[in-house]
Amino acid sequence: MLTLDGLSKTYKTGDTALSDVTLSVPKGQIIGLIGPSGAGKSTLIRCINRLVEPTSGKIMLGDVNLASLGKSDLRQQRRRIGMIFQEYALVERLTVMENVLSGRLGYVPFWRSFLRRFPATDIQRAYQLLDRVGLMEHADKRADALSGGQRQRVGIARALAQGPELLLVDEPTASLDPKTSRQIMRLLTEICSERGLPAIVNIHDVPLAQQFMQRIVGLRAGRVVFDGPPDMLTREALTTIYGEEDWNAMRQGDEEQAEAEAEARGRLAVLAQ
Amino acid sequence: MTEITTYKQVWSYRTPRGRLLAWAGWLALVALFVWCWQIMTERTIWAFVQDAPRQAADIGSRMLPPRWPYLSELWAPLWDTLNIATLGTIGGVFMAVPVAFLAARNTTPSVAILRPIALFIIVASRSINSLIWALLLVAIIGPGLLAGIIAISLRSIGFIGKLLYEAIEETDTKQIEAVSATGATGLQVLNYGIVPQIMPAFWGITVFRWDINIRESTILGLVGAGGLGLKLQGSLNTLAWSQVSVILLLILATVVVSEWISAKVRHALI
Amino acid sequence: MQIGVVVYLFLALGTVDVNWARVYAGLERGQRFVMGFLQPDFTSRWRDISQGLSESLTMTLTSTVVGVAISIPIGIGAARNLAPRWVYYICRSIIAVSRALQEIIIAIFFVAMFGFGPFAGFLTLSFATIGFIAKLLADDIEEIDESQAEAIRATGASWWQVVNYAVQPQVMPRLIGLSVYRLDINFRESAVIGIVGAGGIGATLNTAIDRYEYDSAGAILLIIIAVVMVTEYGSSYLRKFLQ
Repeated sequence: MLTLDGLSKTYKTGDTALSDVTLSVPKGQIIGLIGPSGAGKSTLIRCINRLVEPTSGKIMLGDVNLASLGKSDLRQQRRRIGMIFQEYALVERLTVMENVLSGRLGYVPFWRSFLRRFPATDIQRAYQLLDRVGLMEHADKRADALSGGQRQRVGIARALAQGPELLLVDEPTASLDPKTSRQIMRLLTEICSERGLPAIVNIHDVPLAQQFMQRIVGLRAGRVVFDGPPDMLTREALTTIYGEEDWNAMRQGDEEQAEAEAEARGRLAVLAQ
Repeated sequence: MTEITTYKQVWSYRTPRGRLLAWAGWLALVALFVWCWQIMTERTIWAFVQDAPRQAADIGSRMLPPRWPYLSELWAPLWDTLNIATLGTIGGVFMAVPVAFLAARNTTPSVAILRPIALFIIVASRSINSLIWALLLVAIIGPGLLAGIIAISLRSIGFIGKLLYEAIEETDTKQIEAVSATGATGLQVLNYGIVPQIMPAFWGITVFRWDINIRESTILGLVGAGGLGLKLQGSLNTLAWSQVSVILLLILATVVVSEWISAKVRHALI
Repeated sequence: MQIGVVVYLFLALGTVDVNWARVYAGLERGQRFVMGFLQPDFTSRWRDISQGLSESLTMTLTSTVVGVAISIPIGIGAARNLAPRWVYYICRSIIAVSRALQEIIIAIFFVAMFGFGPFAGFLTLSFATIGFIAKLLADDIEEIDESQAEAIRATGASWWQVVNYAVQPQVMPRLIGLSVYRLDINFRESAVIGIVGAGGIGATLNTAIDRYEYDSAGAILLIIIAVVMVTEYGSSYLRKFLQ
């Protein structure tokens, strides 16, 4: 589905954020991107939809090379890629519904978006998505009236409103508490498997990544140093990714998270009935 | 999850009431604008307006090139302008300080009588532009630098007074209590408890006002209060546009330099 | 330093050449002015005053509306994060010119070009409004939360849609506040530019002082102070209401 070929990025300051990243994401697979801060995780994700311009390399989404597109073609292609952000990046002063509908901006002409006259199918889809993420009754609230977890759900709905073929997820849980983090991760993975959506998820929390991801890619100093299923993520593998740090410290609080997880699972079971 | 539910296909980002209010608001603004426009242009002579581009071209061609030798006649008025601004600022400070202490809630001797008077002085001074003060003063005491200096002072009272009394009201009460606890008299409390706290703000405000006063004093001469404006008025009256452009460039340079100085000084103070 | 100050004061005061006889003669006039201020005469020149006041008020409103309307595109153009380099420099220079020239000087030129009357005043105030609003708007846009704009851009939105969805919601409340504040400033300025022939209450005041009608002048000044106070309180109330 997505193939990165020799992707490199060197910033104007001379810092090399990515060097020669080659990666292939098949349909329906959820990849966790882990690595120490400054390893280039965020740059990698932003290079794919060219919020950051890559220096060299190919980005093939289907059979389109995103790296070589002009401005208007890029806009067309961006619609195919949904993005979810760390600090939610909702437009705080707009309503939840407007935020979700903003996922349709690439499909509607300016006058429609300006007058907030979206096509009926878009509105229907937006309501459906709000219902899916459990925020139906909040549709007309302003985004800044919501809690962190709710905001991230709006962020997910916005990305899905695009009808994406790929999800880019940048630290979705970094500003959330452990319990909400798990709920959000669960929602994300469920949605991806429902729709057969491939996703690349930046994540700093190794246990969380191991629990939810089908495949882990470890990034260190802009290079891929690990690529495999979560159970291959051994102590040695983590050392190559994170260096000699006490990465075990990251596992602390695991118990508390497990409890939260169990509770969340219980709730979901109730909801599913 | 099987999807049997059907979802609404209609959504509007405002309630019907909200939409009506928004429309009414815009309509009212447009109507008000049109109405005001009608009144304002009632007596406009449109032939003059149509003629404006030609006039502009004419003036432009007369302004260029600037008559640079005229610059030598401008140094004395420039010196006058600087003096008006500086002496005016000093005068303004002397008048504004007592007013500020009377207006600040924590230092005023009488909340019921003196404070409202002080506040009125501040508002009156702020609402009336220095040019209007100058106009009055020239009529009263005759043209010249003195009218300009007093106009600038009177205008500065409101600005300095307002900012200063806000600074006084924001002073830390603990320090004041500490000084009064030593058994100091009211004036001593003022001197030891409040004055040291507002000193940086005071200098900042004064320099800031000086900068504004330089700007304002360059044009006071238009109504006869001395300085560069006097030369401007003279050149305008004789339609010597090439001199006007020299004066304007000098004014611009003065303003830029004074802004730079005031920024430097304020930076040094902080 | 202190010596320098003393020397400067000495020199500066030396240049203030005061004709004390004239000042003394003026004191009587000053007294008349104070009396006029205390016993203002609203009635005998009421026609002129109401004419000037209505010119000032209408000029204030129209110039604020037009000025703000022009400021919005210029302000967007002067925001580094939205505009291409060349547009940025053009818009920033327009702002710089508008801010560098004082209202009164602009008014002199517009009066020379468009003739006496409130139309020149309207143009002056509109021009001055551009420098004020466009600069503050541009600075505001440069300080927006970029992540919101990034998120909207990532959906494939066009430039106009990014402005409408990500920028406008963030800067709108302050833009409204600034416009109301500018309305207030424009009224004060409208009282001044009349002195050089740009209509409004300033022209009426100028005439009254030229005729030595201090009681009418006092009335006009009191009206100006009153309107300024009303607009100041009104605008702070309106801004609170709109937040």
